[in-house]
Amino acid sequence: MSDAREVVLGRIRTALADRPQPTAAVLPPTPPAPADPVALFAERAGEYRAAVHRVDTAGVVAQVAEICAAHGARRLAVPRDLPEGWLPPGVEGTGDATVPALDRVDGVLTGCAAAIAETGTIVLDGGPGQGIRALTLVPDLHICVVAAELVCASVSEAFQRVEPSVRRRRAPLTLISGPSATSDIELSRVEGVHGPRRLEIVIVT
Amino acid sequence: MRISVFITCFNDTLFPQTGRAMVELLERLGHEVEFRPEQTCCGQMHMNSGYRDEGLELAARMRRVFDGAEVIVTPSASCAGHVLEHEPGLPVHELSQFLTGVLGVEEVGARYPARVAYHPTCHSLRALRVGDGPGRLLAAVEGLDLVEIDEADQCCGFGGTFAVKNAEVSMAMLDDKLSAIERSGAEVVTAVDNSCLMQIGGGLSRRGSPVSTLHLAEILAAT
Amino acid sequence: MSSASRGGATFPQAAHVELRNAQLRRNLGHATRTIRAKRAAVVDELDNWQQLREAGAAIKRDVMANLDTYLVEFERAATEAGATVHWAADADAANDLVAGIVAGHGEHEVVKVKSLTTDEIGLNDALAARGVEALETDFAELILQLDGDWSSHILVPAIHRNRTEIRDLLRRTIGPADLSDEPAALAEAARVHLRERFLRARVGISGANFAIAETGTLVVLESEGNGRMCTTLPQVLISVVGIEKLLPRFEHLAVFMQLLPRSSTGERMNPYTSLWTGMTPGDGPAEMHVVLLDNGRSDVLRDPVGREALHCIRCSACLNVCPVYERTGGHAYGSIYPGPIGAILTPQLEGIGAAASLPYASSLCGACYEVCPVKIDIPRVLVHLRGLTPKRGAERRAMRTLAWLFADAGRYRRAQRLARVLPARVAGAGPMRAWTAGRDLPAVAPQSFREWWHERRP
Repeated sequence: MSDAREVVLGRIRTALADRPQPTAAVLPPTPPAPADPVALFAERAGEYRAAVHRVDTAGVVAQVAEICAAHGARRLAVPRDLPEGWLPPGVEGTGDATVPALDRVDGVLTGCAAAIAETGTIVLDGGPGQGIRALTLVPDLHICVVAAELVCASVSEAFQRVEPSVRRRRAPLTLISGPSATSDIELSRVEGVHGPRRLEIVIVT
Repeated sequence: MRISVFITCFNDTLFPQTGRAMVELLERLGHEVEFRPEQTCCGQMHMNSGYRDEGLELAARMRRVFDGAEVIVTPSASCAGHVLEHEPGLPVHELSQFLTGVLGVEEVGARYPARVAYHPTCHSLRALRVGDGPGRLLAAVEGLDLVEIDEADQCCGFGGTFAVKNAEVSMAMLDDKLSAIERSGAEVVTAVDNSCLMQIGGGLSRRGSPVSTLHLAEILAAT
Repeated sequence: MSSASRGGATFPQAAHVELRNAQLRRNLGHATRTIRAKRAAVVDELDNWQQLREAGAAIKRDVMANLDTYLVEFERAATEAGATVHWAADADAANDLVAGIVAGHGEHEVVKVKSLTTDEIGLNDALAARGVEALETDFAELILQLDGDWSSHILVPAIHRNRTEIRDLLRRTIGPADLSDEPAALAEAARVHLRERFLRARVGISGANFAIAETGTLVVLESEGNGRMCTTLPQVLISVVGIEKLLPRFEHLAVFMQLLPRSSTGERMNPYTSLWTGMTPGDGPAEMHVVLLDNGRSDVLRDPVGREALHCIRCSACLNVCPVYERTGGHAYGSIYPGPIGAILTPQLEGIGAAASLPYASSLCGACYEVCPVKIDIPRVLVHLRGLTPKRGAERRAMRTLAWLFADAGRYRRAQRLARVLPARVAGAGPMRAWTAGRDLPAVAPQSFREWWHERRP
């Protein structure tokens, strides 16, 4: 309703009749990077009770297989452009990303766009190897492969890295820091409400 | 240094002994002390109670009363804070900040053998940021045994008219402060504001507690 | 929902009741102490915390100073990205807009992410009046909804409830009948109950923590995953966003993503943060609406001193550190926004007459200002608002008389001498009673400081 628009904008302009001219914000400089961002990421992600594994490129598929076996996962939802060689033999991968299908799989396997060492966070932008947002939301187990070179030291750096995705293709972003949790019951943090209750991170160096 | 005393209406009327102690202390440290009798009230209570015009007028009156003073010292952090906020040109200092910050002294020749707990008042802690100044001054007092109050930075519940407008909440806050004081084992509670000490002391006395309150100036003046 | 609809009690009246709720005080005391410690620990980790605070404050000052420009920019960017942007001058307008969109799809059920803004406008009730059930999906909000209760804390709304109460409530409503009080079991009951609703919902309603003007992006922070459920799975998403939620540029978000999680839950980062910029084909809702809400915010903006209340990013750090809130809880403030921020925001949003006791619900200890991630000088605004509240005649006369006495040293001295002999119950009986109910009062000294000074050197 353009009437409401004019009313609200008019009120704002009237309210600012004193023409405040605040001094410009100074964004704090990025703090010095940690000596080993990948190790810090592994440590901090682990503190949220995500399970964290470190392998080399050759070891990815075996690690994924081990995780699947540990969770009894035989069928995983995967993005259509999941890198070759991540899905273990004996584990079925389905590209069906409809909600009913996602509700029936044992878990989901994706890559990511970036990771944040300082906060133990994974960043998804729907780019290569990630798929749509529902993929990492509906299944109960999320296995996320994090290439070491995607680990950023700080929150600022991570946002700088994914900013082009937002500008160029209006990418939706999802930041994940541990499995889902609530602190609503007497403030004790309880894992596992609506997102994946188990998060397994495979860092690849 | 010629130090002009800003006694505050509160101390002038209810706690003159704090003012006397401050004068004795400053003179003992070798300074000349003056008192301008035109001073009355700085206006803090009016300002904080919603009477802004009166609060500003009284602060401006202070500026006129203390015109030309080299340095002004007061035994009230809250009053110092009010004056500094509204008349920033006035060279006003809260006593402990004057001793440690301007004079640069910690040891002032005091002797006060007792177990003493220090309550950091909200104005001195957060507005004036006196930091560990009072603690260092107390640590240098001969015979004084300094003990800690749990969660010492919690407000005592005075807050000016808050103490009567929201008396029940004020009392709830005071009760917790008094319990913490009792747990500390202190015989005396000290602070840089008599307003808070009046709240704390009023509660201690109502409880029949043997713990008493004493302004920092009086401890530092004791020999 | 204004404070009038909460019974109209003043803060002291409401506090009188809440102070006697021992369970509430225990829960609150434990909760706030826990969160305070967690917050302190994660804040101490950062060497640049004060710089971040200053940047956050400066960014928000810029937003408010140029709010009209940034809103227009946001509208353009969000519209280009495929969202429909609506403007709502007040709560009724916002509710009408939302209800209209829902009705247009023929839906009678929506899923909601916790949004204080939608609570503020009473959206759930407005939808219910039009035959639409709005299902709250945050665990705490679900509890409150099932029990017909309302929030007492911005971040942990059911903080006044313990696990046994929650278990009993869930057994009575969504089951199962033999539910235990283990937090994990309670969370599982909520998960099972809500999952089915999420997966079939066609309309989702959210608020937003931030709205980025430059890109038209909305941002929602959460812990449980219900936010992602509500903003990703339904076909239609409606987001109600207060006009003050704006940030100018994408790069500013990083500042707030460091300030907010540490200040609110005391974590380095909350479990899930979702950012979306209009629509993405094949990924998420196919129809997206943003309702930009005024509802009193432009009134707050009008006051050069009071307007910094709009900088609030709803972290609740001020609540967790406030000695008054800790003892009275949120209900005593009679508003969606409780605690220190509530005491300065509510009177400005609703008009000072509707919430005149709130600016006095504070001892001005300043702990809130110390922890506010965007450096809102809450004590300063409280004192400012006190200057605007209506004053009772007797009090005004007394304060004017005092000011008159203080204006002249001779009058002041005579008043001092008079006070010495006047019984306390004559001078200021009401306040004296309130003091002496629990505390002793010192006597007026037999000799004032100035009398002593005069004696020693006339």
